[in-house]
Amino acid sequence: MAIQNIDFTKIKPYGDTLNDGMVQLGFTLPIPSGDEGIEAAKQLALKMGFEEPNVVYSKDLGIGYTYFILYGKTWHTVDYTKIHVPKVEMDIMTKEEVEEFIEENIKRDIVVLGACTGTDAHTVGIDAIMNMKGFAGHFGLERYKGIEAYNLGSQIPNEELVAKAIELKADAILVSQVVTQKDVHVPNLTELVELLEGENIRDKIVLVCGGPRLSHELAKELGYDAGFGSGTYAYDVASFIVTEMVKKSIY
Amino acid sequence: MSKLNLDQNQINTARKAAKNIADQVQGFIDEHTTVATERTILRLLGIDGVDEIHKPLPNVIVDNIIEGNGLSKGSAYWLGNAMINTGLSPQEIGEKIAQGQMDITKLPLQEEEEIKNKILNIGKTTVEKIKENKNKRQELIDRLGEGSTPYLYVIVATGNIYEDIIQAQAAARQGADIIAVIRTTGQSLLDYVPYGPTKEGFGGTYATQANFKLMRRALDEVGEEVGRYIRLTNYCSGLCMPEIAAMGALERLDIMLNDALYGILFRDINMQRTMIDQYFSRIINGYAGIIINTGEDNYLTTDDAVESAHTVLASQFINEQFALKAGIPEEQMGLGHAFEMDPELENGFLLELAQAQMAREIFPKAPLKYMPPTKFMTGNIFKGHVQNTLFNMSAIMTNQSIQLLGMLTEAIHTPHLHDRYLSIENAQYIFNNAKDLGNEIEFKQDGIIQSRAKEVLKDATELLIQIENQGLFETIEAGKFGGVKRAQSGGKGLEGVVKKEKEYFNPFILLFLGGDK
Repeated sequence: MAIQNIDFTKIKPYGDTLNDGMVQLGFTLPIPSGDEGIEAAKQLALKMGFEEPNVVYSKDLGIGYTYFILYGKTWHTVDYTKIHVPKVEMDIMTKEEVEEFIEENIKRDIVVLGACTGTDAHTVGIDAIMNMKGFAGHFGLERYKGIEAYNLGSQIPNEELVAKAIELKADAILVSQVVTQKDVHVPNLTELVELLEGENIRDKIVLVCGGPRLSHELAKELGYDAGFGSGTYAYDVASFIVTEMVKKSIY
Repeated sequence: MSKLNLDQNQINTARKAAKNIADQVQGFIDEHTTVATERTILRLLGIDGVDEIHKPLPNVIVDNIIEGNGLSKGSAYWLGNAMINTGLSPQEIGEKIAQGQMDITKLPLQEEEEIKNKILNIGKTTVEKIKENKNKRQELIDRLGEGSTPYLYVIVATGNIYEDIIQAQAAARQGADIIAVIRTTGQSLLDYVPYGPTKEGFGGTYATQANFKLMRRALDEVGEEVGRYIRLTNYCSGLCMPEIAAMGALERLDIMLNDALYGILFRDINMQRTMIDQYFSRIINGYAGIIINTGEDNYLTTDDAVESAHTVLASQFINEQFALKAGIPEEQMGLGHAFEMDPELENGFLLELAQAQMAREIFPKAPLKYMPPTKFMTGNIFKGHVQNTLFNMSAIMTNQSIQLLGMLTEAIHTPHLHDRYLSIENAQYIFNNAKDLGNEIEFKQDGIIQSRAKEVLKDATELLIQIENQGLFETIEAGKFGGVKRAQSGGKGLEGVVKKEKEYFNPFILLFLGGDK
């Protein structure tokens, strides 16, 4: 632990001295390189709230645009004591604990469907959660005793996912969305909720979405039970599903 | 000269097994055609444009043939028959069908020989045009020169072809040799090719013939300026595989991603459909002098780079045989592999060197496509830049050909203008600073690197023999590649497969390969 006297109501970036406010920046401006370009980058940094902006490198990118690397000291502060971030509230269990939890509390196998929906073809995330092998040494849901896991793969239309959920009597649906360019994931995620509501099964299913740029807050806003971001493993998701099933009496 | 001391007999065994595997599937391919293959023939016979609801005319005609239950005779047969009956050009016939003024299968049937001659004559004009494109490419390379290998390959993916052009030209000025225009997410599952220049795409830009033409012109322009021929890449995969090949041949693309196995495993395209489509698309690519890129690298994004390295090699052997069947010379076989070792792995770089060198030695003439780290890119852009540096190091040490540059912002967003600059700078630094390192080093006899390569070759050979006995389709069903299981009758596009009748002919297989298929 640092022994410095930090005022948590006014925190600033740390470079090599408390409260020096040091920030590194990199951006491109659509202007040629040169003294005027450097001055433009500095002025922009000033407007962004950086004192003593210092352009340490600039390079013409070939089309009269210039890349800048800058350092500056921000004069802004944040009150850390007032921060509240909505998170998935639950006790994390290990794989074995989840399996035991299912056996003791649910007393039957649970069915989990996973898919990359809409036009999304990036299955890395859903594979890491669902597939036998898992990721970084954490086994996926397919390997869990008491979980029947179906990974439907990429580019699954919401209609197909809902039909499959009905057919297999899914207890939980995991939706992975990696491509979030131009917010393409928002209408797609919303559509699934609407379809489930239309079929009157939304209440009977634990609905979870995940992806590197998804937050729990956005997930809740869109009508999901939880949203998981980067650094999530199968046991996190499994813990949530089984806890939520008991909470919502889906079993 | 071999640095790995690989057993040539084992390589021969593996190659022979792969040939038998390809032979088994080729029998099936030769008996069938698909809606996409037939649309491609129509495109090559000069049909272009869309109807009033923006449905491409090749789709309009093929749908009309299907309505008349005639697809098993082939689109060339019906089009030739219509031409003799009406005296109209292919395009005029397409327009008449679109306007509901013609039912192509309901016209009186003409002599088969006459139909064939009529079609072959038109086909020859297209073939001539594609040959001119091929010559033009060579002329430009001779006059302007080209980058040295490994070629620096970068992607643009803005969704807007005009924005792509700005980024592509900037990349060429920064030193890129190859520009790939990533397709919009989802295009591989469309059973038609969109039309005209496009500005709206997600994670990429629609592959359309107009977009190909615009980008080709832009790259020729910047190539003159920088004094290097700049190659253009697109994606000849998915449900319109051969149509994209035809468009690429007509607009002088240089490299095409072209791999049925990839579509089967990672896009859930039906295996029967895409193997048939792949055959014709490769014939076109082969004739047009287009380098194909295969997608084995993707296996390592879902499977482990150590455990499953042999599946990459086995698949490369199979892809080589399918390419040979379609008349693609080794110099156009851009077989894929990837730098996907876990950074936490002790000596992971040595294992990677072994695998990269192994691919180089087993496929000495192939312009290998080497893919950058993606699976273990975390968002820590600084570490990512170092991972990419090691990847570049491995490439220059093992004499790779097509270097798909890694971006430090992989796993965050499609590349920003300066991300690409930083990647190009990184590669130029390594490739220049360590240029002849590969020629200066030898690997220790039976050391970690040699042993690793031998092990992978042995496992790949065993897998190939197993596939030879079991069948390729059955092996895919069992989930041997990329850990992904696909059913023979599953996936998208099976309804577009039909068995050929005796009247069937594909004029372009005759014209491009010079044989009768």
